[in-house]
Amino acid sequence: MAGGEVLRQNLPEKLEESPSGANELHVLAVDDSLVDRKVIERLLKISSCKVTVVESGTRALQYLGLDGDKKSSIGFDSVKVNLIMTDYSMPGMTGYDLLKKIKQESSVFREIPVVIMSSENILTRIDRCLEEGAEDFLLKPVKLSDVRRLKDFIMRGEVKEGEKRCCKRSRSEDCSPSSMTHPCDSSLLSSLSSSSVLSPLSPSTLSSKKSRL
Amino acid sequence: MREKEKERKEEISKMDVVTQMQRQLIQYTSSLFQEGFLDDQFNQLQQLQDESNPEFVVEIVTLFFEDAERLLNELSKSLQVEQESIDFRKVDAQVHQLKGSSSSIGAQRVQRVCIAFRNFCEQQNVEGCLKSLQEIKQEYSLVKTKLETLFKMEKQLFAARGSISR
Repeated sequence: MAGGEVLRQNLPEKLEESPSGANELHVLAVDDSLVDRKVIERLLKISSCKVTVVESGTRALQYLGLDGDKKSSIGFDSVKVNLIMTDYSMPGMTGYDLLKKIKQESSVFREIPVVIMSSENILTRIDRCLEEGAEDFLLKPVKLSDVRRLKDFIMRGEVKEGEKRCCKRSRSEDCSPSSMTHPCDSSLLSSLSSSSVLSPLSPSTLSSKKSRL
Repeated sequence: MREKEKERKEEISKMDVVTQMQRQLIQYTSSLFQEGFLDDQFNQLQQLQDESNPEFVVEIVTLFFEDAERLLNELSKSLQVEQESIDFRKVDAQVHQLKGSSSSIGAQRVQRVCIAFRNFCEQQNVEGCLKSLQEIKQEYSLVKTKLETLFKMEKQLFAARGSISR
C-alpha cells in the first residue's frame, strides 16, 4: 500500500470543518492596485483556492464583519477565511494597520494567518509585521511558487491542529497494518487539491519568514 | 491525382509559413528579454494563462497600459505646477504605483526608471524628476509598442495555425 494512502486514512476529520464549503482554502486578498488584484486572484485560482479580492483594508474588515457595523454583522460561519494576503502600502489603512486590527480581534479572527506583500525589501518593515503576528512577508511581484509554498504551510497547519486534538500517535512513517485501523479515519484528502499534504515529513516551510531576510 | 498533389503542396507551404512565424515570434520575444524590456515576471504571467483563461496575459497588460497612462497624466499634472509648490510626496506615491504595476507585468525598463525617479523625489530634485518623467514616457511608449507587436504576432500565428486543415 502506498504511503500516501496510509496517510489519507490517518488524517483527522477536523480538517473537514476548516475550509469553507468545498474542501479548498478560502483566501481574502487585499490590494489597492487593480493589476495586482488580478494577478493575485489568478495565482490563487490556479492554485485551487477560493478567492475573494478587495481593494482596501476597510473593505476587508467589512467583508469579515469586523467593521463594527452591527447591521452588517452576520454569523462568522457564513464568512470563513483561511488566509488573508494583504499589500503593505495602501492609502488610508495600510496592510500593517489591517494586520493589527485583525490580531486585536476575538479568538476566531485573530487566528486567521495574515501574510503581508510588499514591493519594498525594508528590514524594519518586515520585522514590524512579523512582530505584530504576520505569518509571512512576501516580496512583490508574488510568484506561483510563493503561493504554493504558502498554501502547503496553511494546509499543514490545519492538519497539525487536528492532529493535536485528535491523534496522539507519533508522526512516523508507519506503514504497518496497525496504522490502518486508527480511529481518525477520513477519506477527505481525496477531495483536497493540494498534493503536498501527503508529505507531512518534508521540511517545514516555517523558514519562509527567514527566507526574505 | 493532380488536385491532391496541389492540395498537399499548399498544406506544406502553409506549414512552412507557420513554422516561419513561430520562429519569428520566438526570436522577437527573446529580443525583448535580451534588451531588458521584459523580465522573468512576464514569464510568470504566461504560466498563469491556460485554456480556462486564454487571454490572461493580454488582459493584464491592457490593464497595465490603462493604469500607466492614467498615472503618467497625473504625474505630468503634479509636475506642471510652480516648482516651489511641487508636492513631492504625491509625486512619489504616484511613481510608486507605476513602479508596482510595471513590476507586476515584468516591464523592467519602466520599473528601473521609476526607481531613479523616486530617488529624485526623495532629494526633492525638480530637474531630476522632470527628466525622469520624460524617460518614463519614452520607455513606456517603447514597451507598449513592443508588446502590442508581440500580441499581434501571436494572434496572426494562431490564425495561421487555425487555417491549416486537418
